[in-house]
Amino acid sequence: MEDVEHIEKKMKLIDENGLRLDGRKPEDMRPIRMEVGVLKRADGSAYIEWGGNKVLAAVYGPREAHPRHLQDPTKALVQCRYNMAPFSVTERKRPGPDRRSVEISKVISEAFDSVVFSEQFPRASVDIFIEILQADAGTRCAGLTAASIALADAGIPMRDLVASCAVGKIDGVVCLDLRKEEDNYGDADMPVAMIPRTGEVLLLQMDGHLTLDEFDKAFGMVKDAIGGIYEMQKDALRKRYAVTAEEFSDLPEQAPPERRAPPEREAPPEMPPEDGEVPQ
Amino acid sequence: MTELISELQRERVYRLAASGTRSDGRTPEEVRPLTIEKNYIKNAEGSARVKLGNTDVLVGVKVELGVPYPDTPDSGVLSTGAELIPMASPYFESGPPRPDAIEIARVVDRGIREAHTIDFKKLCITPKEKVWICFVDMHVLDYDGNLFDAASYGAMSALTCTKVPASKIGKEDYPLPIQHYPVSVTAAKIRDVIVIDPNRQEEQIADARLTIATDENGDIRAMQKGLRGSFSYEEISRVIGLALKASEVIRTKIKA
Repeated sequence: MEDVEHIEKKMKLIDENGLRLDGRKPEDMRPIRMEVGVLKRADGSAYIEWGGNKVLAAVYGPREAHPRHLQDPTKALVQCRYNMAPFSVTERKRPGPDRRSVEISKVISEAFDSVVFSEQFPRASVDIFIEILQADAGTRCAGLTAASIALADAGIPMRDLVASCAVGKIDGVVCLDLRKEEDNYGDADMPVAMIPRTGEVLLLQMDGHLTLDEFDKAFGMVKDAIGGIYEMQKDALRKRYAVTAEEFSDLPEQAPPERRAPPEREAPPEMPPEDGEVPQ
Repeated sequence: MTELISELQRERVYRLAASGTRSDGRTPEEVRPLTIEKNYIKNAEGSARVKLGNTDVLVGVKVELGVPYPDTPDSGVLSTGAELIPMASPYFESGPPRPDAIEIARVVDRGIREAHTIDFKKLCITPKEKVWICFVDMHVLDYDGNLFDAASYGAMSALTCTKVPASKIGKEDYPLPIQHYPVSVTAAKIRDVIVIDPNRQEEQIADARLTIATDENGDIRAMQKGLRGSFSYEEISRVIGLALKASEVIRTKIKA
């Protein structure tokens, strides 16, 4: 569990040179790598490695919302399921939703709800699945960041991408992107998700202890970090979809750049001739 | 099932909030009258019935013997649950806790836990083997908006009058060791207007919600943003300021 444990401080998290356990400076993030379009069946998908986190996100939809009584005649539902694999954490996690993942699923769903142009798809649902394969603190931010590019991969119309990162406090110092030991033994953790272009905060949670000045500092740091993640998201999407001039000239005329195999469609059935009309 | 509100009503509640006098006559920065009745349930080790305006929440604390978590072998345990029972609203249904109730319980829990409200070390009997476990159960009896704060005030009030039943193990009962008094204050954003302690109608038309738990030093202990709308940094700072301002009177009432 990354957010509720009350553990007494036993560990020194910042050394005499001001460096963290993994040699990072307070404002450094862990290495991040993301890839779009990693699953065949899903309408959109993405994989992210963020420090020790390995997270897959898949998007289905817009599709008919089930059960039907949940359908909204004015807009699509945006539903997220955040789930941790039993082997993703040190102690095996019992499979299925626990209270923590129910809460995280709820706040992530709400974060995406105002970004997706859901009014375009009445009675439908856009289903987002986030699987934490390996956890090392900051999984909800990694999941949200991946889900955002998976939504783009699925072609879901959105106002913008959503990018997310956490900031916290360890040994009294405000630090970006805590890893597991820092989260467990640190003083505060604050995951934030924003629309990077406008600065609108879509997800904000905090636990621990921050003075007002520390909050201001933390917010400034995480805002800058989110700007950087936004660029990485766009790069990942470009890498998936960009076509170079050479590639383009090699393409047979009229054929769209290959994306993934289009769904097989049956040829339209021939219309039976109407009565009295003789086929020529 | 969600409660519907007519467009006319929606517009009226918004306009009133924007005008500075809300649908129930309050200013945007005013909390509804809060009454706290402690020791309401005799069979509970601690309890409180809290009314925040017409929102009515009963919280009971049961303290039982149990085994500590392996990673905190010398600490007692806090376990928090919320039930939105069908008597409290025509739109609450029976059954296992749904995401709404889980979020309320977890946000209340976070505010209390992160402020180090309870001295858990004093709840240890035998390290690794036996500790006291505090079960805080929040029962919503009447829903008229802002369950996050009503439940939190109820939980804090109940904990402040909780007795650890040490006579069960041949010692003397003692009051639950409370070291801090965090206070949660929730704001709702309705289009461009921010009000604190939203009533039911305001909650129905709110675009976003922000809960801030602060301690007696004016520091932040927990935050939770909810609903689909967004907050700007300036708005968050404003809500923090409003929460700090409102928290003092509430803290005095919880301590009393």
